[in-house]
Amino acid sequence: MTVTELVSYEDALATYEPVMGLEVHVELGTKTKMFCGCSTSLGADANSQTCPTCLGLPGSLPVVNATGVESAIKIGLALNCEIAEWCRFARKNYFYPDMPKNFQTSQYDEPIAFNGYLDVQLEDGEIFRVEIERAHMEEDTGKSTHVGGATGRIHGASHSLLDYNRAGIPLIEIVTKPIVGAGEKAPEVARAYVAELRELIKALGVSEARMEMGQMRCDVNLSLRPHGADKFGTRSETKNVNSLRSVERAARFEIQRHAAVLGDGGTIIQETRHFHEEDGSTTSGRVKEEAEDYRYFPEPDLVPVAPSREWVEELRGTLPELPRVRRTRLREEWGISQHEMQSVLNAGAIDLITATIDAGADAGAARKWWMGELARRANEEGAELAALPITPVQVARVCALVDEGSLNDKLARQTIEGVLAGEGDPDQVVADRGLKVVSDEGALGAAVDEAIAGNAAIADKIRGGKVAAAGALVGAVMKATRGQADAARVRELILEKLGVEG
Amino acid sequence: MPGITREEVAHLARLARLELKAEELDHFAGQLDDIIGAVARVSEVADQDVPPTSHPLPLTNVMRPDEVRPSLTPDQALSGAPAQEQQRFKVPQILGED
Repeated sequence: MTVTELVSYEDALATYEPVMGLEVHVELGTKTKMFCGCSTSLGADANSQTCPTCLGLPGSLPVVNATGVESAIKIGLALNCEIAEWCRFARKNYFYPDMPKNFQTSQYDEPIAFNGYLDVQLEDGEIFRVEIERAHMEEDTGKSTHVGGATGRIHGASHSLLDYNRAGIPLIEIVTKPIVGAGEKAPEVARAYVAELRELIKALGVSEARMEMGQMRCDVNLSLRPHGADKFGTRSETKNVNSLRSVERAARFEIQRHAAVLGDGGTIIQETRHFHEEDGSTTSGRVKEEAEDYRYFPEPDLVPVAPSREWVEELRGTLPELPRVRRTRLREEWGISQHEMQSVLNAGAIDLITATIDAGADAGAARKWWMGELARRANEEGAELAALPITPVQVARVCALVDEGSLNDKLARQTIEGVLAGEGDPDQVVADRGLKVVSDEGALGAAVDEAIAGNAAIADKIRGGKVAAAGALVGAVMKATRGQADAARVRELILEKLGVEG
Repeated sequence: MPGITREEVAHLARLARLELKAEELDHFAGQLDDIIGAVARVSEVADQDVPPTSHPLPLTNVMRPDEVRPSLTPDQALSGAPAQEQQRFKVPQILGED
C-alpha cells in the first residue's frame, strides 16, 4: 500500500471544492425492536433478547412497531421533510453473519420522509442550510466479536461470535443531499450538522442519541472537484465516525488526502474507509467491486405503511420548539453571548439550567453554579453534568438560600458539596454541617471589634480614608468566623465602627 | 424477451454463495429463463389500470404497540446453532486471508 503525503488543508482548498454527503443512523429509544416484541434494553445477557422473528427462523412473521413509525414521522417533520402517503419496506440482501436473516429490512425507493432541510449555526454565527434527501426506517444488526486475531480485529480472526440482542432494534437513517458551497468550512458544517441533529433527536424524545454508546453513528462521504467544475469527483465513504470531533477530523483528513491523490495525477477509488480515533486518519477498507448488488425488493411479509394526513398533522402539533430556535430564545433571556451559549450547550447544561430557573433561581446564578462548580466536579469525575447526584431543584434551593442571605458563596459551595456527597437536601446539609451565615449582630460585632483591635495599623488607614483597606479586616473577621459571616454586612460594620462612609 | 445469460447466473450464484459447475450454469440459465418468461406474461395481460402489487392483501398500517413480549432464553435461541461459544453464535472466519 502506498502512503500518500497529505496536502496542507489550505492548499487543498485553494485548488478544490469539497462536496460532502452525511449519513446518520439513529437508534430509536423504543422499548421493543422494530419488527418484534423483544426488549431493547441495554446491558442484557448475550442472546437473551431474541425471538424467532429477529433470529430469522422459518415461519416467523414481522409486525411493525407503531412507535417506531411515529418516531420516524416526527424526525421527518422536524427535518422539514414531506411524509410519504404510502411507502413500503424492502429487503436489502447481503451475506454477513451480523444479520441472521441474510437481509436487513430497510426501505429502498420509498422512504417514509424525504426532501427536507436542517439549518445549523456555525461558530461565526452563519446559518448554513443542510438539505435532507431522505429519512428511512430500518433495523440494526447484531454485534460481532472477532476471536483469534490481534486486538479483536476481523483481519486474522479465526472465528467470530454473534450476539443478536441488537439485531432488529429500530434505526432511522438520515441522508443529506450533497452539501456544496461550504468550502473551507466543510468539516465544521459536518460537525455542526451532526451536533444539531443530535440535539433535535433528543428534543423530540425519540432517542438519547448518545454517540459514545453507538446510538448515533455517522458516515462521512466526501469528494473534491476543481473550483468551477460542475461534475462531482469520486467519493470515499468513511464509516462509523462516532463523535462530533471525529466527524470534523474525518472530513478534514479526507479533503487533504483526496487533494494529495488528485494533485499527483492519481484517481480516487470509490471505497469504504475506516476512521482512526488515535491520529484522525482514515485507511482503506473494502473496495466496492460489484456496485453494491443488494437486490432490494419489496418485503412480502410486511404490508405498506400509509400514514394518514390526520396522524401526520397530529404529530406535527406535538413537535417541540426546535433546539436552535430555543437556544436563541434562551440566550436572549439569559443575556449571554453566542460563545457562552455554545459552552453551555457543549457542557450539556441547557436543560439543567432551564430547570433550575423554573425552580425559582435567577438565570445568572443557575448558570454560575452549573457551569462553574458543578461543571468542574463533573469534569473531575469524568461524568456528564446531568449524571451528578444533584437536581436542578436542589441547586435552585441553594440559590434561594444565598439570595435570602442565609448562605454566602463559600458556604453555598460547601452545601453543594454536601448534597453531592449524599448528605441530603440543601437545608439538611446546612443544618447538619452548621453552615448558616453568622448574622447575629452581637457575635459579628464582637468579631469585628477583635479584628480592629488586632489590626490597629490597618484600622488607622481606614480611618484616614483608605476604604479599600477594609478588605483586610473583612478577611480577618471571615477567618475568625470560619467563613460563616456575611461579608457585605461585615464590611458595613467595620466602616460604621471606624466612622467612615462606605 | 432477452434470455438470461450464463454470466448473469454466475453473478447471482456468487451473490447467493452458491458454487455452480459449468453445466449447471447452462442448466439454470435455461430454467430461470423459463420462469421469467412465465412471469412476464402477467405484465402482458395487466393493463395500465392495474397497479404493481407486492402483497396480495389490500391492507396497510398493520402495526403493534411498543410493548415488550417475552423473548426466547439464550439456550432456546442457541439450540439450533451449529456451533456456539460464550453464549454466542459461533461462525467461521468472515474474511479470508488477504
